[in-house]
Amino acid sequence: MTDMSYTPPQSGSRTGKIALRWTLYVMLGLFALFYLMPLFVMVTTSFKSLDEIRTGDLISLPREVTFDAWRTAWSGACTGIQCEGVRPYFWNSVLIAIPAVMISTLIGALNGYVVAQWRFKGANLFFALMLFGCFIPFQVVLLPMARMLGLMGMAGTIPGLIFVHVIYGLGFTTLFFRNYYVSIPSELTKAAKVDGAGFFRIFWSIFLPLSLPIIVVTVIWQFTQIWNDFLFGVSFSQAGTQPVTVALNNIVNSTTGVKAYNVDMAAAIIAALPTLFVYVVAGKYFVRGLTAGSVKG
Amino acid sequence: MTKWLEEHMPKLVLAPSFIVVLIFVYGFIGWTAWVSFTRSRLLPRYEIDGLIQYDRLFDSPRWDTAFTNLFVFGFLFIVIAMILGLILAILLDQNIRTEGAIRTIYLYPMALSMIVTGTAWKWILNPGLGLEATVRGWGFETFTFNWLVDPDMAIYTVVIAAIWQSSGFVMALFLAGLRSVDQEIIKAAQVDGIPTWRVYTAIIIPAMAPIFLSAFIVLSHLAIKSFDLVIALTGGGPGYATDLPATYMYTMAFSRGDIGQAASSAMIMMMVVFAIVVPYLYSELRTKDD
Repeated sequence: MTDMSYTPPQSGSRTGKIALRWTLYVMLGLFALFYLMPLFVMVTTSFKSLDEIRTGDLISLPREVTFDAWRTAWSGACTGIQCEGVRPYFWNSVLIAIPAVMISTLIGALNGYVVAQWRFKGANLFFALMLFGCFIPFQVVLLPMARMLGLMGMAGTIPGLIFVHVIYGLGFTTLFFRNYYVSIPSELTKAAKVDGAGFFRIFWSIFLPLSLPIIVVTVIWQFTQIWNDFLFGVSFSQAGTQPVTVALNNIVNSTTGVKAYNVDMAAAIIAALPTLFVYVVAGKYFVRGLTAGSVKG
Repeated sequence: MTKWLEEHMPKLVLAPSFIVVLIFVYGFIGWTAWVSFTRSRLLPRYEIDGLIQYDRLFDSPRWDTAFTNLFVFGFLFIVIAMILGLILAILLDQNIRTEGAIRTIYLYPMALSMIVTGTAWKWILNPGLGLEATVRGWGFETFTFNWLVDPDMAIYTVVIAAIWQSSGFVMALFLAGLRSVDQEIIKAAQVDGIPTWRVYTAIIIPAMAPIFLSAFIVLSHLAIKSFDLVIALTGGGPGYATDLPATYMYTMAFSRGDIGQAASSAMIMMMVVFAIVVPYLYSELRTKDD
């Protein structure tokens, strides 16, 4: 192994170097403020009373911390005519995301296993067709999908939304697993076949146990995609089956009554908590999921 | 029978996905393309009637705004996010002790839904109580920042929020790229006394060309799909000043009951994506087969 530590170039005076170092940290700090400011504003606003919001300024800390806005956001804010807060919609999102993530990950694993390890004529074509499906703008499938869900009797239902997320998540899950399994030597599969192991046996006893890292990446990717989805949610749900993003938008953009900014902010944080939680506890895998497929190799 | 089953199992496993993709991706694209050539309004009609919907689309001032916005927004968003991402990556690459923490801060917006991002920035940019009022409260009485309600400037607020959301991701991509450049060459250059900035401009950044391409593809794809952010931040307004093709399509499909227009606008979006992604995928898949 070579020594990877950074050696500063041999030029400039010592004070010059220190000044440069300071400038560097100040710049990094200013950028950090830019990224943190909206979160800070959201959190502080959610703890203020409406009076304080009207008289105070955006970035001051709350004089008196109150949890009223959080209570209202969770169980009392109005999304159109219903006033149950985001709670039921939060659970809708959970009910949509969990099965959709599990099903699309499992199918993606099997597809990736076939494409990478059981190469047959046409497997590459299948993969290319699938990969391309990752990139289509979903607007191009919205109208026929709305009709199809109607025909299948799933229009406006939670299973309908699960179905949609599974279908349009398959491209990515297949891509992730394919790229992971392609690096596993095919001799492993061949040897297992010689020993008499079948298709599923090899998958369950050899590939799945090796797959934990890519399963984590795929689950995080799918979970954030599905939890944060708005387009499918707003197009294919109806009052009562909407996911939390749609409910949040309805709360914020409903025009009746006095605008409760503190409730808006609390609702926004509630809608963001699950993905933020994932990001904090599994940040490494989150980044890997983001960059998977977009970096060559 | 079992032997046959065992032999064909890989194909059988792939078959359902294959059928699903054929129907729900390619079949649906075909359906939308077909309908875009008809006079469909509230309900689809299947008699082909030429390019009437495309004529209507290009005659529509609202589409004109939406399509122009896509390029204004897309261009600024992609260019600024790439530059900012590169700057952040280079700054972070200088052996920073708190790198992990700072990286976490730069990247967390990517975990948020665009609806959450839009909600937050809508509140910050709100001229009545947000940033403008705050700066005025500090004594700068004449400070104005009302882009959100100014039809000429509102699209730039979408750019700001989108950059806030996605530049951290570009930073992560570029940082990985910087680290993957051969360290031996960099060390050799440093030993030769070449200044750091020259090492970056002459060696490291050129070596990262494929990552620039990847970032460009991902960002342009995000830009074309942008829908949620506009809905939450401006609702497409004031008027339809911040409409994008994605919001235009949605309005036509679900509030105006103009399926033909929705289909033709979706097809134009599709073609823009095609123009960017197909050459990229083609080169990717070809080199991978070598």
